[in-house]
Amino acid sequence: METLKPVLAEQPFLHGLDDRHLDLMVGCASNVRFAPGEFIFREGEEANHFYVIRHGRVAIEVFVPQRGAITIETIGEGDLLGWSWLVAPYHWRFDARATELTRAIALDARCLRGKCDQDHDLGYELFKRFVLVIEQRLQATRMQLLDLYSVNS
Amino acid sequence: MNGAVLDPMLPLPYRVRQTRRETGDTFTFDLSPAAGGGSFAFAAGQFNMLYVPGVGEVPISISGDPGEPPTLVHTTRAVGAVTRAMRQLKRGDVIGVRGPYGVPWPVAEAEGNDVVIVAGGIGLAPLRSAVYHLLRHRDQYGKIVLLYGTRTPADILYRRELEQWRARFDLEVQVSVDRATPDWRGHVGVVTTLIPKAGFDRLNTVAMVCGPEVMMRHAAMDLEKRGVAPTSIYVSMERNMKCGVALCGHCQFGPTFVCKDGAVFRYDRVRELLAIREI
Repeated sequence: METLKPVLAEQPFLHGLDDRHLDLMVGCASNVRFAPGEFIFREGEEANHFYVIRHGRVAIEVFVPQRGAITIETIGEGDLLGWSWLVAPYHWRFDARATELTRAIALDARCLRGKCDQDHDLGYELFKRFVLVIEQRLQATRMQLLDLYSVNS
Repeated sequence: MNGAVLDPMLPLPYRVRQTRRETGDTFTFDLSPAAGGGSFAFAAGQFNMLYVPGVGEVPISISGDPGEPPTLVHTTRAVGAVTRAMRQLKRGDVIGVRGPYGVPWPVAEAEGNDVVIVAGGIGLAPLRSAVYHLLRHRDQYGKIVLLYGTRTPADILYRRELEQWRARFDLEVQVSVDRATPDWRGHVGVVTTLIPKAGFDRLNTVAMVCGPEVMMRHAAMDLEKRGVAPTSIYVSMERNMKCGVALCGHCQFGPTFVCKDGAVFRYDRVRELLAIREI
């Protein structure tokens, strides 16, 4: 039976990860699919997974009373969804909803945190990669905050 | 017009043929010579100085098709006295036109390469003429990618045209908004987030970028991060222009004049200037 190892290996964010660490991650990985409109996770829920999007689009939303669900960002193929699994108390801060048929690799957070505790090199490699993703998202968010296209910008 | 004008400060009369509202505060108007005849030859990326009698004169990029010179097309936002007066123009009104001025987009240098166009907000207006040129000479280019970002779905400029371009099989178009509305099904995020996954060959690509300066700085950085050489990235700078012919000095940008040495600059030549505040 084919494992998810070759699929994980081809994901951009895992580029350069050695074989041993890939094997450790495969043990925590599963193939998942979300229908259009389906919530992947909701704000406040336990962050038990993070996801590598293989196909589709996910809206990261905030529900604001009297304004409804507001999409603050969308991510797609090759992108990482979720880093709350890294930060105690491991609860999602936003909603994530598939806006179209979405396929992803789900990585079990407890499983992976356990393996990172045992193998600090794996932890370091994952943290290096996640920091890059978080930095990119933060830069983009800062630019969004500037409201560059308004008349007074 | 180009060879016949002896006084570069003398506007020629042009008549408004059509006006149309694009978004809330953005509009387009088509012009043709008031005296009839003649065609206005320009290169994609150049601008004209447009004069509203009794109000003033402003530089506005030409956003029409350089392959269809009889009609002069401009798109602008109503943000000051002159552009607000322009918004009131009706068919038949006459305004003054001087130009074309400025360095155009490097459409000739881009032949044989992929082309990635990164536009933000009304920055799509000066790039539209480049898109027209690229599509008119489609065989001369590799992949063509248009990445467009704007504030909200209601602010998407030339929406119908973007949809038509997107429907082509030889052009990649991606649109992103900073702020989504509930009915928006597309990408949400700043336009630079589209760069990492856009379908162009980083080693053989010419990039043309226009929009707010902050957006252009970050787009250029992300293009470089992707592997596009800074000598292959072009940005369109904006400064207050008064004369358009490098006499008054209002548009000075370091050692250059935007009206004469730009508005289109090769990124490696202005990268350090962009990092200087209040230049």
